Amino acid sequence: MKRNVPLAICLGFGIVMMVQFFVPHPISVGFYDLTTKWVRIVSAFALVLGVGSFLMYHTEKLRRRRTGWLYSIVALVAAAVSTVVGLAWGVKQTSPLQNYIFTPLLVPLNASMFAILAFYMASAAYRAFRARTKESALLLIAAFIVMLGMVPLGAAIWHRLPDLAEWILSVPNMAAKRAITFGVALGGIATALKVILGIERGWLGGGKQ
Amino acid sequence: MHVSHSLLTWVAAILTIGIFSFLWKDNPFYKFCEHLFVGVSIGYGIAVTWYNGVYPDLVTPLFRQGKPLYIIPLVLGLCYFCRFIPRVSWLIRFPMAFTIGWGMGVAIPANFQTSIVKQIQGTLLTPAIFARWDVLLWAIISFVGVICTVFYFFFSREHKGALRLASQTGVVYLMVGFGASFGYTVMARMSLLIGRLQFILRDWLGVIK
Repeated sequence: MKRNVPLAICLGFGIVMMVQFFVPHPISVGFYDLTTKWVRIVSAFALVLGVGSFLMYHTEKLRRRRTGWLYSIVALVAAAVSTVVGLAWGVKQTSPLQNYIFTPLLVPLNASMFAILAFYMASAAYRAFRARTKESALLLIAAFIVMLGMVPLGAAIWHRLPDLAEWILSVPNMAAKRAITFGVALGGIATALKVILGIERGWLGGGKQ
Repeated sequence: MHVSHSLLTWVAAILTIGIFSFLWKDNPFYKFCEHLFVGVSIGYGIAVTWYNGVYPDLVTPLFRQGKPLYIIPLVLGLCYFCRFIPRVSWLIRFPMAFTIGWGMGVAIPANFQTSIVKQIQGTLLTPAIFARWDVLLWAIISFVGVICTVFYFFFSREHKGALRLASQTGVVYLMVGFGASFGYTVMARMSLLIGRLQFILRDWLGVIK
């Protein structure tokens, strides 16, 4: 019951959804639309796990006065305030959540967090991009051309540089990406089949139950 | 120089500087911004999930339109809460079984079509590409690249003779591809960095127009 029923649900829905893909009948399409909504609902509830884990981690840190517990107060208060504001006034473009939380807090924090990666990538590139072998020289040259081709300086150096960057991205880069995509897709399909057929059961978790 | 008089712009600018302060070293100002980011993201996620997912997909059809079929995803979703009750924590496997089974079933044919069939179609030399010499040449280079890169990942035989030549050619494509991807990613991060600097210098300090 505790393991076999979930395995049967997984197998059943896996096979039905695979077959459904090849049946364009209105009933089949309707079933797909209905279950897509169900998945969206069930996935929304999965947020409970993430929020639960966040709350447990920070309340525990706060209770035990671990190093940096003051920051846990910041995280908890920020989460509580934005949840209350969001649930009370909605998430529309003109709502307080968008005007006072999303635009002045979330957008700059998110963009800055990713922007500082530019410095770390430059630092990593300095260490990694040493043309020790022919292959690493190729990597260095390709990266250099693509980067220069995307800024006005590149076109100023040589007017065809942006075209060359575009060519690298759409021909050799695309070829390598396609080959990798084949491998990823075949691996993904094999893993999906193993999960559906109950060969791969890691998602059931451990324990005796 | 026209410094902004908007409180929200000041908040956004100070938070941007807080995140950038990590470039100097890990400091309390950065930690504050980091925890604020986590908290606000969670609150925003909860509100958006409620208004864009749970409310229109579950509350409206089940309680306003009286569609009893929607009890199924509700019950499955509620099973996620069992994670916090050790005696019935195994019930979490039911929503997981549904989501995983459904997802895998949908992914297998879709993945096969988009990542394998469509990619092969894009790689193959079709009559239309013979119309222009440059398109034909790029298509041949791309075709050779895909075949050689796939051979690089073929481990069932030792890479000797023709296989070695093919896999070495594959490495060339892979290196150019990785370099191009790296360059592209760096430029995307640079664009974010420029966006933040523009915000500080233009919107906040008014130094540039």
